[in-house]
Amino acid sequence: MADVTPALRPRPQRLWRIVSEPLIRQNPVTVQILGICSALAVTTQLATALTMAAALTAVVVMAAGIISLIRHHIPNSIRLIVQIVIIAALVGVIDQLLRAFLPDISRRLSVFVSLITTNCIVMGHTESFARRNPPLPAMADALGSGLGYSLVLVTIGALRELFGSGTLMGQPVLPTVEQGGWFEPLSLMLLAPSAFFMLGLLVWAVRSWRPEQAEPLDFAPPLRAEEVLR
Amino acid sequence: MADLNPVRAWRRMLALPNESRTKTLIVAFLVAAASTLLLSGATVLLRPIQAQNRAAEAQAQLAALIGGIPGMTDLLQAAGGQLSTVVIDLERGAAAQGVTPENLEEVLAEGSNWTQLAPGEDLAGLGRRPDFARIYLLREGDAIRLLLLPMAGAGYNGTINTIMALQGDLSTVAGFAIMEHRETPGLGARIDEPAWLAQFVGRQTRDERGQLRFAVARGPAGSVHEVDGITGATRTTNGISQMVRFWLGPQGYGPLLEAIRRGEF
Repeated sequence: MADVTPALRPRPQRLWRIVSEPLIRQNPVTVQILGICSALAVTTQLATALTMAAALTAVVVMAAGIISLIRHHIPNSIRLIVQIVIIAALVGVIDQLLRAFLPDISRRLSVFVSLITTNCIVMGHTESFARRNPPLPAMADALGSGLGYSLVLVTIGALRELFGSGTLMGQPVLPTVEQGGWFEPLSLMLLAPSAFFMLGLLVWAVRSWRPEQAEPLDFAPPLRAEEVLR
Repeated sequence: MADLNPVRAWRRMLALPNESRTKTLIVAFLVAAASTLLLSGATVLLRPIQAQNRAAEAQAQLAALIGGIPGMTDLLQAAGGQLSTVVIDLERGAAAQGVTPENLEEVLAEGSNWTQLAPGEDLAGLGRRPDFARIYLLREGDAIRLLLLPMAGAGYNGTINTIMALQGDLSTVAGFAIMEHRETPGLGARIDEPAWLAQFVGRQTRDERGQLRFAVARGPAGSVHEVDGITGATRTTNGISQMVRFWLGPQGYGPLLEAIRRGEF
């Protein structure tokens, strides 16, 4: 192993760093605001959010591994097409598997499984990382961002299902008024806007906890009226 | 002489500069071929399981459709818990000779058992119509109490498959279920929302003179023959209107309904 440069040698600590980095510090959804379209659409229930998270993680890890394996032989002029074809084939296989073994959840996810193909997280990590790194680190990086995405999806999915229908994974947790309990379900939680609110609150919470994630302002806010008049 | 050893040829290809046209073409072809193989392999291997799922789901939808009609569960229990399944000859409006629910699929695999529809008759946008259809009946004594009629028609993105339940008077809708559709999520796909489907119950498909009158309205329903439209899903809901009119009309179950009315079925 003497001919491998130290930076490329897959040491466990280094791999762990690659995997853990995107969980919170570099989370693809809350920090980079990537892949939020599907994150918002499939989070009305925890079960769909979990399935979507698992599907995306599986696709991004496999795509990163395959692309990293053939990275020295991808002609630059067609590299994006090659990547998309590989990702699309993997997504197609996952979609077929879901249809066969989880038909009910697959129907609820509708088009969003197929749309993993165009998910920025998958494309971004194959294009920027897997294309330049050996398979092990590439798959570690993909796994990390897949898990980071999953973390956000599961958090939002759990909160929306809990407050929107008083259940978790379909099991009643908060007794709703309809069933003689005290909890009045917040129907807003089941509608798309609530996903934006939850994601916004989550980003706010994470950035208050870790202020270094906040981006600098793009432009200075205008002076307030009393400051102008003074 | 050219070197024909495949291993060496493969190495030579890999050693080509990435930007060479030959390598670009070869890599593109190989990636496409491998992806195709993977995807078609998965599709073919998993098809039987998916077909089973679909059949189970259709059964469940049928049960839910009947369960949603007041009084039908009791009647079904009295009839032995089983609907009778009949294959009918659409043209003659009578039970088909020699076609059973079991061999219906094989019979319909043959093109000669389909009728091409002229553009003027083809309300549902199907192009052609099978000569045989499987329907479900529930009788009380001799009288037909419930008639379940499968219908298909063109939606916005593909064929919509539905079942309409008619009461014994052959005009009142007892229930309506969407078995399969590929409409746009959030717009056309709202046709399978229970709240929308519930409106079908009690609608009259014919007026007092026996004219077909059913339609999905544009906006709120205006009469007993209409159900509310769905905003942003005009093509889908028009497809449903046309489908119901086609299948209850002379090209669809019309002859059968006539025969039942005359008491010949």
